[in-house]
Amino acid sequence: MKALSQKRRHPLAAIALLLMGLLLTGGLYAVATTVNQAKASTTQFSASDTEEGEKLFAANCATCHGMGAGGTHDGPSLVGVGAAAVDFQVGTGRMPMQMNGPQAYKKPAQFNEQQTHQLAAYVASLGAGPAIPEAGVLDEQGDAAKGGELFRTNCAMCHNAAAAGGALTRGKFAPALADVSGKHIYEAMVTGPQNMPVFSDSNITPEGKRDIVTFLKQIEATGSPGGADLGALGPVSEGLFVWIAGLGVIIAFTIWLTSRTS
Amino acid sequence: MGNHSDGSPNHSGTVATAGQNEVEKFQDPGIPPHRLRLADTDPKAAKRAERQVAILFGTSVVGTVIFLVAYFAIDLGDNSTIATIRLQNALLGVGTAFAMLGIGTGIVHWAKALMPDHEVSEERHAIRLEDDRQAAVRIVDDIVEETGIKRRPLIRNTLLGAVALAPLPALAVFGDLGPRPDNKLAHTMWAPQDGKLKRLARDPDGTPIKASDVTIGSAFHVIPEGLNDLHEGKLNEKAKAVVLLMRLDPAALNPSPGRENWGYNGIVAYSKICTHVGCPVALYEQQTHHLLCPCHQSTFDLTKECKVIFGPASRPLPQLPIAVDDEGYLVATSDFKEPVGPSYWERDMHERSNNS
Repeated sequence: MKALSQKRRHPLAAIALLLMGLLLTGGLYAVATTVNQAKASTTQFSASDTEEGEKLFAANCATCHGMGAGGTHDGPSLVGVGAAAVDFQVGTGRMPMQMNGPQAYKKPAQFNEQQTHQLAAYVASLGAGPAIPEAGVLDEQGDAAKGGELFRTNCAMCHNAAAAGGALTRGKFAPALADVSGKHIYEAMVTGPQNMPVFSDSNITPEGKRDIVTFLKQIEATGSPGGADLGALGPVSEGLFVWIAGLGVIIAFTIWLTSRTS
Repeated sequence: MGNHSDGSPNHSGTVATAGQNEVEKFQDPGIPPHRLRLADTDPKAAKRAERQVAILFGTSVVGTVIFLVAYFAIDLGDNSTIATIRLQNALLGVGTAFAMLGIGTGIVHWAKALMPDHEVSEERHAIRLEDDRQAAVRIVDDIVEETGIKRRPLIRNTLLGAVALAPLPALAVFGDLGPRPDNKLAHTMWAPQDGKLKRLARDPDGTPIKASDVTIGSAFHVIPEGLNDLHEGKLNEKAKAVVLLMRLDPAALNPSPGRENWGYNGIVAYSKICTHVGCPVALYEQQTHHLLCPCHQSTFDLTKECKVIFGPASRPLPQLPIAVDDEGYLVATSDFKEPVGPSYWERDMHERSNNS
């Protein structure tokens, strides 16, 4: 402490303090993010896909969802959830679930693309449901402005206006949407995974969903126009930063102003 | 006057203790001995301080140059991206900061290190004498005497009347700042117009919603049909009328007596305006059927007619009674039965008149 208070009077201390403050306030800038390209997928399933999928299902999913996917005490029935639901849940690693809890977390996918495709084929064969979206609606060439309007009306209250995610009740949360592929965003809208409501094609048209994906990919690619977004979480992170860094700089200046020169 | 510390490092802050009747004469401790600074004694140190001040002023020059270069040299033409704008903003900010801070810190450092710092005391003015007070009283007496306000009650009374009435025009002018809200808070656009029931429409494009469009687990953000055609007061109407439409298993709903037909096959519509302070409650969890307000975490249970199960809200969200018309579109059978949104002074009165 003594050494520090002596160094405070060092002629360079004022400049060092000044530089520190400026670096803290102005130096943080977001690193450009990479854009995930949505992969084209086919909705065509062959009989062998379904057959292989049934085997995979019996080995990996039936413990909770039951043989024949009729649902058990531990997991819901999957009849009629459609291929899109499987592609989303398995493709993002949410299923198979690690353990029961308020929400299934995103984690590295447990099945490769072909296995996911086969599982989707099997579940799709059980009953009609939302299909995996065609490449045409995932080309990210829609109207980003219209997509932004739809996003702010339908999605922003949970996922945050900057798609940074947000808290829900009792340990659940809406995830951030950066680094999520356009296909998975689209599938989440049509299937309503976990506590997310369903946004069927009669609510938001496929064209509107294409606009939303375009909007999300565009804001992800362009980044925040205001520099460091501090997680885009609004007053919490921004307030914390101002309280600590902003007030810190002001206090440092006050100390310097009232100190005596040696 | 007490014996207090003068803040100098040579005296402690202890107050001299003396009994109430034996006040000691306070001794002026005088100014603490002047301590010379390094720059006062050492010409080298003075030269160094001078250079430091010059460097700080130079920093300001550099900052101004950075600003000007960033402003004129960075092209924000049609080909520029947000990254370009961000770079320019950053440089403008850094440039301005250096330009201002360089001057400010330079002047302060100059004053602290080089300008004379000998202490100066200034004496207080002498306390005013009784004679001065008497002179002021005489002036006031003269005014009263010469204006003759005591002898001429007519002038006095008309003056009082004129001064009392003069602020009244201000009341009229301030009254024009806005109409009284009257009972506008109690009604929304959902009230049937000319006997025609209002259809539920999608926000933002305003297309009407069919009951068959609303699948189980869906959530629709709803505005009254025709809202987008309003030329005036559209946002005010929208702020009161926005509704969240959801469909769940009819068996999960527990309507209270008299409200059984306010929904349709498990489709229910609730006001999106929180009854706490009016944030939009639209965070719908389709498995737990909870509605969460993002502002203060009030949580409403959709299966119990949006009863408050957590948070500061004191009333359930108002439900909009809905039905299906001949063409299969969802319509509101009436306005909300109570004022939507947070409490206000006349709310109870409005609620009674809405229901009567």
